[in-house]
Amino acid sequence: MAKLLAVTIVVIAIASAIPIVAHMWPMPQDISTHGHLIDEQYADTMLEAGISFLASQLLLAFFIWKFSNPKPGDKVKSFPGGAAGLVIAAFLLVGTECLALGVFGAKAWASVYFTPPAADAVPVQVQAGQFAFYFRYPGPDGTFGPLHADQINEANANFYGLDTTHDQDSKDDIVTAEMAIPVNREIHLLMHSKDVGHSFYVPELRVQQDFVPGLDVALHFTATKVGKYEIVCTQLCGLGHYNMKAYLEVKSQEDYDSWIKQQAALQ
Amino acid sequence: MATTVHEPPKIDLDRLPSQGSGNGGWRNLTPANGDLRQLKDSSPPPASTGIWVGLAAITMSFAAFTSALIVRQGAAQDWRHFTLPPVLYLNTLVIVASSVTLELARRQIAAFMGGLRDEGTDKAQAANPARWLYITLFLGLLFVAGQTFAWMQLKSQGFGLATNVSYSFFYVLTVAHAFHVFGGLGGLVRVIVKLNKSVLRRSTLVATSRYWHFMGVLWLYLLLLLWMKL
Amino acid sequence: MHDMSAHAVHHGAPTSFIRKHVFSLDHKVIGKQYYALALVAALLGMFLSWLMRIHLGFGSFAIPGLHLLSSTGAPGNVMTPEYYLQLMTMHGTIMVFFVLTTAPFAAFGNFFLPIQTGAEDMPFPHFNMMSFWVTFAAFLPIVASFFLSDGPTLGGWTQYAPLSAIGSAGGPGEGLGVVLWATSIGLFCIGQLLGSLNFITTTLDMRCKGMSLMRLPLTAWAWFLTSVMGLAAFAVLMPATILLILDHVAGTSFFVASNLVINDHLLPHSGGSTLLWQHLFWFFGHPEVYIAIVPGMGIVSHILITNMRRPMLSHRVLLYSMAALVVLSYMVYGHHMFVSGMNPVSSLAFSFPTLVITIPSTIIVLIWLGSLYGSKLRINSASLFSLGFVSMFISGGVSGFFLAQPSIDIMLHATYFVVGHFHLVMGVAAMFGIFAGTYFWFPKMTGRMMNETLGKVHFWMSFVGAYCIFMPFHYLGIAGNVRRYQAFTDDYLIPLIPVHKFITVAALFTGVAQLIFLYNLIHSRFKGEIAPNDNPWQGTSLEWSTATPPPHNNFGDKMPVVYHDPYQYSVEGASTDYIMQTSPENVHSPDEEK
Repeated sequence: MAKLLAVTIVVIAIASAIPIVAHMWPMPQDISTHGHLIDEQYADTMLEAGISFLASQLLLAFFIWKFSNPKPGDKVKSFPGGAAGLVIAAFLLVGTECLALGVFGAKAWASVYFTPPAADAVPVQVQAGQFAFYFRYPGPDGTFGPLHADQINEANANFYGLDTTHDQDSKDDIVTAEMAIPVNREIHLLMHSKDVGHSFYVPELRVQQDFVPGLDVALHFTATKVGKYEIVCTQLCGLGHYNMKAYLEVKSQEDYDSWIKQQAALQ
Repeated sequence: MATTVHEPPKIDLDRLPSQGSGNGGWRNLTPANGDLRQLKDSSPPPASTGIWVGLAAITMSFAAFTSALIVRQGAAQDWRHFTLPPVLYLNTLVIVASSVTLELARRQIAAFMGGLRDEGTDKAQAANPARWLYITLFLGLLFVAGQTFAWMQLKSQGFGLATNVSYSFFYVLTVAHAFHVFGGLGGLVRVIVKLNKSVLRRSTLVATSRYWHFMGVLWLYLLLLLWMKL
Repeated sequence: MHDMSAHAVHHGAPTSFIRKHVFSLDHKVIGKQYYALALVAALLGMFLSWLMRIHLGFGSFAIPGLHLLSSTGAPGNVMTPEYYLQLMTMHGTIMVFFVLTTAPFAAFGNFFLPIQTGAEDMPFPHFNMMSFWVTFAAFLPIVASFFLSDGPTLGGWTQYAPLSAIGSAGGPGEGLGVVLWATSIGLFCIGQLLGSLNFITTTLDMRCKGMSLMRLPLTAWAWFLTSVMGLAAFAVLMPATILLILDHVAGTSFFVASNLVINDHLLPHSGGSTLLWQHLFWFFGHPEVYIAIVPGMGIVSHILITNMRRPMLSHRVLLYSMAALVVLSYMVYGHHMFVSGMNPVSSLAFSFPTLVITIPSTIIVLIWLGSLYGSKLRINSASLFSLGFVSMFISGGVSGFFLAQPSIDIMLHATYFVVGHFHLVMGVAAMFGIFAGTYFWFPKMTGRMMNETLGKVHFWMSFVGAYCIFMPFHYLGIAGNVRRYQAFTDDYLIPLIPVHKFITVAALFTGVAQLIFLYNLIHSRFKGEIAPNDNPWQGTSLEWSTATPPPHNNFGDKMPVVYHDPYQYSVEGASTDYIMQTSPENVHSPDEEK
């Protein structure tokens, strides 16, 4: 039975690795400027994790195979180098790996969070609420009008609680149910939650960020490929959480400009 | 359960109550000469170790409340400062006094139980050894009454739990503390009962005293925190 | 002579049924009570997981009889979206608290810690009894919440604010359901604190003659370290649940910010901090997962040593590594909050200790592997589950490597990758530790052996089945499959549904294996083969020197005296391949503590 266990472990280890190596369910394509840093990090980690995983499982299997069902005369042997060797190996191998991944990983993280948005980034606001995302563009004046929570009225499609009668800046704001952005231009995304916790996740954009009720969070990114992608909510927000999504369309500059004009006309 | 007549505990005259509980929980880990075959039989009374464990847990809980206060205060601009009800300072004196009376009680009990004979204290020895315990108990109850007065006073002025987050924390911290003081009062009652039945163990008294003193220290900390932050 | 037992609260053997089996002061009975509670909880939690998996794999499938569980939650026997979340929340809460904290720590620890230290009982038997009944009482609000008209809370076992704090405006189950949840967890914390009190004082103060700390078996150390972790962790969670309840019932705003609007109504709260709940919860939550796994590490080490007939390659290194895990576990909790909106500098700060914690974990695995080398491994149900634990811990640990890095977490946070990771380490490895301990200690606890054939069937089905369930979770996560979804309606998720069907089948298959275990457990209790002697595995630690099952005061008339380290197996010059700790035989291995 020990040998069967050893073989099973080997089979499981190899079978587990196959879908990864064969890219059977790969990460969605990267359409962002910063994503390659994340993907490199991921690939490095997969290599190291994969080797550690396979090596330890195979070693486990091998030792189970070799040292089970002992015969009466067998003597117990100590692993060569004893514990000291293993501890040193752990510190050196794992320690350097951790250091490397931590230090290099900081670069990828910094590219998302420690760089300020470009001066000409396109400002877009996203509001998350049970169970939909709504987007707001500042319009020609370039400023977002103030939000009035007490004036939110879903029935009248006033999702943001804008007071277009009294607030000058709100008059030209454009509110949409779909997000469209121009390709190859940095977007400055301002994230606001209407009610509970939500999260903004677009796998292709290599972006995931929680909304924090009471704290507006800002994010910036640049999309590099025209297309239609999905924004999904990843923070449990209630019974409609599974369905809470919006489409993100990355358009050419011209298409985006005409889309904005269209949306402005619909306000 | 043991119902034997209580024998006076062997008191180590070099180790009065003020000098710690005895063997201590940490000294029997390995003997100094390394020979484990010589390990002593004696071990620290579990109540002594146990009370430190309990106090550690209580400390962590109030640390959690403290960090909640600090984070919450920094999260929004809605913190309304207010002056602490003056009765709190009186209550502080009361609880500090109760620690003093508890220490007096411990010495009196030690004298009663250990046969420390001193010509001048014969008269004191004839007195009920639980007397100072009763006084401590009374002061503890007075403290809780005083806290209740503070809460009622605020309430009557219209400042309830939800009036403002500063009040929320005030009530939460002081009520949580008072709740634990109640536990301490229970411990004191238990000590009095056991003493009157002559089955009080020294470790029980030590553990209870530690707890009670901790309630005083905790209150001083909370008062400072509230005074600084509220 | 100043006898150790003078410190134990001398409670004579109970006579009435109530005192013997219900309100018992005996740590062994309390341990069995905890085991029974964990067993009931595990069955309930597993049943919930079946319902969840059937719904996820075969969404529109009408599960026969489900409307009996809840007519609003499953009209026509098809689960509503909210009911899925409610069952999911109960599944997580029940499993994490009432199974994974209860069985490896409270159940086995209560039964065996005083025996392994050489004590008659724990020093505070009344607190110990209270700890079980408070934990039992904590289970009741969870069960009760199933019967609420709008069902139990649906916010996940993590109950993030403000959803958890705003009351029924948040959705079904978010009113009284949350209050019941918070009450349950608050009570649970108290029960565990009372338990920690006893475990710590037993380990430090109730050791018999000759039992130094370094002579304690690894299980005793694991329980001690776990109880220390629990002390700080549960003592922080309880205040958090109190603040949550106050936000619900008293109109406070600890966790609910201003200007929040649901259904066009402005919520009355103001100024609360969303992230505060997460900080408090995860300060508890991370040590909690080590509380779930460390006893299992101790149990599995203990069982492997007995079945390898040799001590660990280095007992001290293993011990220090477990202690390092305990210390580091408090420094890493922010890795659950990388993309939460907390300061991104903090995220980086937390990622470093999270990566560093890989080191003691790796050392522990390498010590296990290195100890297998040159050993004389015996295969039985207990050792199979122990070896399975090692494999599962490797798999689950390796995926942690990805999640420890904030930049990669951007992609994997809140996906099935995380769910796969924690199920492998908690749902499988920790469970395997419980199974291993059961097969191993069953003879000592009951005087009978469990059926080995059924045990092996249980192992094989569980080992293969669990990998079939949880390995695919990682692939799903990499592909971006979001967690806590009751159905997969997004364009990019629809192609992944066939994987979910496969997982569901594997889950039901693995579930059947657990029923085999249940049958084995109950049948063996009454009809199992009588244990051949007091020490059927030829073990060395003190539990094997007691009668079977141990008498009320564990050791009868004579308290044990310990002359040896805990794992003196295959010692040169000894008369047998094991020297019991109590053996007066004056043979010692070269590296034995003198």
